[in-house]
Amino acid sequence: MFETLSHLALQQYWWVIISLVGALLVFLMFIQGGQTLVGQIGKTDMQRDMVINTLGRKWELGFTTLVVFGGALFASFPPFYATSFGGAYWAWLLILFSFIIQAISYEFRKKPGNILGRKTFETFLFINGLLGTILIGTVVGSFFTGSEFSVDTFRMTATTTSESNITRWENTTRGLELLGNVQNILLGLSVFFLARIQGALYAINSIEDEGIFRQSRKQVIYNAIPFLVVFIAFAMMLFTSKGFAVDPQTREVFMEPYKYLHNLLEMPLVGILFLIGVLGVLTGVGVTVFKNSTRGIWFVGAGTVLTVFSLFLIAGFNHTAFYPSTYELQSSLTIQNSSSSHYTLTAMSYVSLLVPIVIGYIWYVWRSMNKKKISAEEMETEKHAY
Amino acid sequence: MEEALVDWSRAQFALTAMYHWLFVPLTLGLSFIMAIMETIYVRTGNLKWKKTTQFWMTLFGINFAIGVATGIILEFEFGTNWSNYSWFVGDIFGAPLAIEGIMAFFLESAFLAVMFFGWEKVSKKFHLTATWLVALGSNLSALWILVANGWMQNPVGMHFNPNTARNEMGDLWDVLFNTTAVDKFLHTVSSGYVIGSLFVIGISSWYLLKSRHISFARRSMMVGAVFGIISSLFIVITGDSSGHHVAKTQRMKLAAMEGLYEGQEGADLVAIGVLNPDKTVNNDEEAFHFRISIPRLLALLAERDMDAFVPGMKDLVHGNKQYNIPSTHEKMQQGDKALKALNQYNQAKKAGKDSLAAAHIETFQNNYPLMGYGYFEQPEETVPPVGLTFYSFHFMVILGFYFVLLFLLVIWSNMNDTIRDKRWLLRAALYTIPLGYLASMLGWVVSEVGRQPWTIQDLLPVKVSTSHLSAANVELTFWLFAAIFTILLIAEISIMVRQIKIGPK
Repeated sequence: MFETLSHLALQQYWWVIISLVGALLVFLMFIQGGQTLVGQIGKTDMQRDMVINTLGRKWELGFTTLVVFGGALFASFPPFYATSFGGAYWAWLLILFSFIIQAISYEFRKKPGNILGRKTFETFLFINGLLGTILIGTVVGSFFTGSEFSVDTFRMTATTTSESNITRWENTTRGLELLGNVQNILLGLSVFFLARIQGALYAINSIEDEGIFRQSRKQVIYNAIPFLVVFIAFAMMLFTSKGFAVDPQTREVFMEPYKYLHNLLEMPLVGILFLIGVLGVLTGVGVTVFKNSTRGIWFVGAGTVLTVFSLFLIAGFNHTAFYPSTYELQSSLTIQNSSSSHYTLTAMSYVSLLVPIVIGYIWYVWRSMNKKKISAEEMETEKHAY
Repeated sequence: MEEALVDWSRAQFALTAMYHWLFVPLTLGLSFIMAIMETIYVRTGNLKWKKTTQFWMTLFGINFAIGVATGIILEFEFGTNWSNYSWFVGDIFGAPLAIEGIMAFFLESAFLAVMFFGWEKVSKKFHLTATWLVALGSNLSALWILVANGWMQNPVGMHFNPNTARNEMGDLWDVLFNTTAVDKFLHTVSSGYVIGSLFVIGISSWYLLKSRHISFARRSMMVGAVFGIISSLFIVITGDSSGHHVAKTQRMKLAAMEGLYEGQEGADLVAIGVLNPDKTVNNDEEAFHFRISIPRLLALLAERDMDAFVPGMKDLVHGNKQYNIPSTHEKMQQGDKALKALNQYNQAKKAGKDSLAAAHIETFQNNYPLMGYGYFEQPEETVPPVGLTFYSFHFMVILGFYFVLLFLLVIWSNMNDTIRDKRWLLRAALYTIPLGYLASMLGWVVSEVGRQPWTIQDLLPVKVSTSHLSAANVELTFWLFAAIFTILLIAEISIMVRQIKIGPK
């Protein structure tokens, strides 16, 4: 089935999968967003416990999605994996450190003998929520603004360590410089505030508690305002900026004014998805704030998935370099020059047929576990409460 | 400076991988032990088995969390610190990692929540299924990463594409059913089962020593010991098979494992020995200060022939005409030819000289299987640290046999009701818990130190696999990892000990 597809079709298929996994990752960042709101949504110890427990039953899914995002990029676009992870070293390492401290915090937080104390683990969760969202958003922001690296496969015949590197990051700040770019930061902050909106909405949806409902609703408002400001600013910068275009004949990379706006308009379906996504987010916030609905998370969640999905497509489709180099334009990575071979993409495409099954059982488990909302009563009887 | 980068990158990978491996084996083993216990509960309806399962599940949860925490870095570290390697093999190596995520990690993470929180929310059978799926998911995740590791030890099913400067997959099934990978998977997961068993037996012994939770402890102990003895037999079989394949594909590693400098017909196996540290491949000193050997056993195990010749490190470095073994120097010349031809191919292609490029590529293809040797300056660079490999291997094997003995004694004493009287056995079982971890770590040392200086056997040495970083960056992240992981480990042990003291509810 997949064997008959052209290499380009497989590359596009895999960029769609990467975009989808990236989009689901940002949706699941409601966990990170929620982690930064524990103190604001939970005013009593019991409320804080309920918030942490409702997030704690899902953290593994978000974590796994991040791991799969990395693994899928390695499998389908290995030169990106080699260039970005090895290059923007400190940006990625800080992201990873923040997830390392997340992974133990739920389980260890209230266990007797945890030596660091409950507050430390709650702080770890906060740090993960803050850094994880902002930094991932910032690094993805560089898909539109570029990074300083060079790629040269000739170098691999050199026999010394320092000369043999095929990819080189051409500055010493190793990814931290990405934080100095306003557009990147705006995307990072957009992810952060969006994650907080989602975190509050998920608490509303999954916890049976009047106080938590009130406090979460308030947080939805408080975070929706800055979200709109930074996201609109990001969108305006993105759609008015020059972009990294690829000549389809020569494969040469060049700067094109309004490239990302062109992508949005030249791929109308992507443009529509983007608009529906943004509307979904606004609707979710609206029904929560004005109608006291508990289902806002599903509108915002679906909206987030569509918006992020379309942003990834804008970055990689329509003859665009998805990981551009500002140091040496022709080193930029495109889905065509940085993918796996036809054989590997074909084999992996068969594996991707498992994805609907995975989503199916996750959905089934989610429904079985979320049938009943978390309540104070359950917290008192649950043996494995965090 | 360059060496510092390679050494710190190596140190960081070793540190993070070994920290991760402190927790993974228990996850692999305990997940099955819990699933077996819960199965007994569901089949018999005996609530004692439910409580037993739940107690081990609590310990599993504590261990699992830190296993996940230490694991995420490994998924990304190939890129962050070994970017040249990632480029060189990404077309092959990335696939198992992605499959691991899709097939295994999601299975684990989705059903983990049911396993911990679903006792009152889902049916008994669904809960049991979830527990088994967590066990399956954990073990599947081990499968894929070990397939990837097996490929590094014995690269198969690929060809080199000079235009992209990387190896590209030719056959996924060759990669998956690579004999090295299959052995590695079976041997490694069964070591996890043994650790899980030793853990359960050791903790149960502590309860018996304290005369607490006696029937719980004896129940747990029996499941642990039976699971342990079956797993141990499996380890012996897969260990033997691994040795046989190492003899075929990594002869230098086998020689280092055995401290074998001079090749020998009908080679002896060293049961125990003390190496002479002054011995090198370039002198005639005695290899051992002391040793007890079993005649012809190495030849039998390695070659399946008691009279076969097993080459030593000297034969492999200096060559041995009688047995048609080329010297490392000759291999280096071939590797050099491959690298030069690749360079010339690139230049000819750039200049548009297609026929010249075709000639160079032919030279390249003929020499490619030994390309990695072209990166060395001295033949001796291809000899791994012998002492570390030799002692690690021998301690691992000795410990393995000791575990078999322990399992047998525990089963025997538990069956004839004398276990509580044998306090020495209970103490031995308790103190054996760390030895299980030690044996497993030693196994990784044999596997990874024994194959130095290669990242990918014969194709890519470690020294040209790193990212383009300054050593200071990696040194700093090394210490950050060391600090964070050590603090988390202390917290984990402290919580674990407290939970054990609290005991089953």
